[in-house]
Amino acid sequence: MSFINYASREINCKIVYYGPGLCGKTTNLQHVYQMTDPDAKGKMISLATETERTLFFDFLPLALGEIRGFKTRFHLYTVPGQVFYDASRKLILKGVDGVVFVADAQEERLDANIESMENLKVNLEEQGYQLENLPFVIQYNKYDLPNVTPIEELRELLNPNGVPEFKGCAVTGEGVFETLKEVAKLILMELKKGG
Amino acid sequence: MLGPQSSFVMYDEELQRINIVIERLLREANAKVIFLVDKNGQMISGVGETEHLDTTSLASLTAGNIAATGGLAKLIGEKEFSILFHEGEKDNLHISIVAQRVILVVIFDQRSSLGLVRLRVRKASDELTTIFEDLAKKTAEIQASGGHNSPFAEITDDDIDSLFS
Repeated sequence: MSFINYASREINCKIVYYGPGLCGKTTNLQHVYQMTDPDAKGKMISLATETERTLFFDFLPLALGEIRGFKTRFHLYTVPGQVFYDASRKLILKGVDGVVFVADAQEERLDANIESMENLKVNLEEQGYQLENLPFVIQYNKYDLPNVTPIEELRELLNPNGVPEFKGCAVTGEGVFETLKEVAKLILMELKKGG
Repeated sequence: MLGPQSSFVMYDEELQRINIVIERLLREANAKVIFLVDKNGQMISGVGETEHLDTTSLASLTAGNIAATGGLAKLIGEKEFSILFHEGEKDNLHISIVAQRVILVVIFDQRSSLGLVRLRVRKASDELTTIFEDLAKKTAEIQASGGHNSPFAEITDDDIDSLFS
């Protein structure tokens, strides 16, 4: 749910990065953080375990500039991907404006991707959202690795509705900004419709 | 209150009313900083010594904190915990939920006390509740009349692309 502040002429939107454990959600945010102009970003917060696994969420505020006199800010969140953190994932989806699903393209993670996608749908429905009605983008991360599932198969299993999709390598940054830009664009188009 | 998918809108008039209430609360409770956060982690307003604070991060973590304690409450059969208190060596945090959807955070030190803060917060909460009810009504009316002239109604692809250039 976006927050339109006529008093300060600001609009804030919330983007959540979802996906199975170790798929690269936090790495996506880290890349955005590293490559963004210091004036345009706030501090990145990671609530993580000692082994750098996300425990609750990562948070990165981004200011993208002005549209029609309104400062446009995006708040990027990741969820903890590990299956047993489901209660935390539900909390983070509250008030979401757009979702990025980061899939791990490696063959051995195919089941984990499908399970996480199902989990996303269930958790969104609990909050009264339908994934089909939300701005939604998929990134097939780690596509630089040798043992990946062919894109056609990933598409068939994870993207039957044909939402925008990108191959990614979050460690080098490939596909990271393309993904973010696309979901931001979809959110703004949704606002345009008066959502 | 507002539905899960509608935008939360703030207007000048209501923000001014809110600021009057929280500025008075700041004085009457002898607090250092007071801020109001939407349950989704968006900062609504802040008064007091906010210049040294990373208010965006504070807002996000406060909302996460409330969400997590709300989850805990449900697990033990409570609707929510409406007040949280964190005690530090110097500064303390008093967090409470107002009108079921916004979070009021009071930061105070030894110049005040938990009792005083609680007392003053209770009074301010009632006033804030009225303002947020008015705001919800106003938003609903504007949406119902179809006259919600969203600043984004006329944006073009070029506008959006220019954000990323």
